[in-house]
Amino acid sequence: MKWIWAFALSFGFWVLLVWPLDWQELFVGLLAALIAVILFGGMLRIKGLKKLFNPLRYLWGLYYILALIYHIIMANLDVAYRVLHPALPIRPGIVKVRTELKSELAKTILANSITLTPGTLSVDLTDDGHYYIHWINVRAEGEKEASAMIVGRFERILRRVFE
Amino acid sequence: MSAFYNAFFAVLGACCFLCLYRVAFGPTPPDRAVGIDILGIVIVGLSALFSLITGKDYYMNIALAWALIAFIGTIALAKFLEGRSYDE
Amino acid sequence: MNEPIGIVLIFIGVIFDLLGGIGLARLPDVYNRLQAATKTVTLGTCLILIGVAVASGSTPVQIKAILALALVLVASPTAAHALARGAYSSGVRLWEKSVIDRYGEDLEAHQGEMEVKEEEDEAPKA
Repeated sequence: MKWIWAFALSFGFWVLLVWPLDWQELFVGLLAALIAVILFGGMLRIKGLKKLFNPLRYLWGLYYILALIYHIIMANLDVAYRVLHPALPIRPGIVKVRTELKSELAKTILANSITLTPGTLSVDLTDDGHYYIHWINVRAEGEKEASAMIVGRFERILRRVFE
Repeated sequence: MSAFYNAFFAVLGACCFLCLYRVAFGPTPPDRAVGIDILGIVIVGLSALFSLITGKDYYMNIALAWALIAFIGTIALAKFLEGRSYDE
Repeated sequence: MNEPIGIVLIFIGVIFDLLGGIGLARLPDVYNRLQAATKTVTLGTCLILIGVAVASGSTPVQIKAILALALVLVASPTAAHALARGAYSSGVRLWEKSVIDRYGEDLEAHQGEMEVKEEEDEAPKA
């Protein structure tokens, strides 16, 4: 089953790359996808396929994407203000925050979202669910307050999407 | 429209030079790595702009391949930096 | 026909790219530079790619622009995270005016524990 998914993914990517199709490109694509799957298909890990067929998750995913876009735009205006201000109003530091999320994919997406949202950059994460966040303008040094300010805006939505 | 495009190229070129400034004068090795990473992402945008202006589709292939290769190169640089210590 | 909309999007994207470059040149240490440049350049390049997809008439270019957008959006935060971690473990410390450094404190505490354990392990042999 895993191998079929890997083959479908790589062949679909090829079809998108060479979009006006003819049979020669399809043939080469079949060969290339086959070779790629034989070499690297074992690396793919698929868990929780049943979650894919729940439409409510897609609605929360859409809401998540909209929230992420809003926060990305705010982050960029914030960075623009800090960079263009002649006195450089920054107050950097590394704080430690905690997340309740369990699934690996949700943790990865949360770390990437933290990097794209205002003033924060994830530096490292530990196995027991702690993130180390570089914050360009530290407003709260304690773990609880920082968690509420940084992680709180996404954690609630991501739990609905992935768990 | 071509005046707009020339202005875009000038600004993106200035951005590339700022990245190269960081690569050339960055005080520590990670600074240079950051410059290379950002330069890669800027060039993806530059290449996409080229494909729009010249009307040649293959510049888009370059953008796609460059995004992939720059990401892998940055990860390799980060792994190289990890666990090494340099004098400032 | 959609060219003016595309040009406006590309214009905003180019402005953000330039801001990222200025941030890269002005800010004081690796982490701040990485932070500012990653955010602005990611958004700028995404806007340029969306603008190209809107302004261009041909379907293959649009498909590839969307693929490149997804790739940049996933890859650049991951690369920034890897670089920050590599920079910290290669010994680059925070800017001297930084307020707090929990990561360094925890790493030192962890290393202290490890050294104590090693000493305990070595003690009985001697």
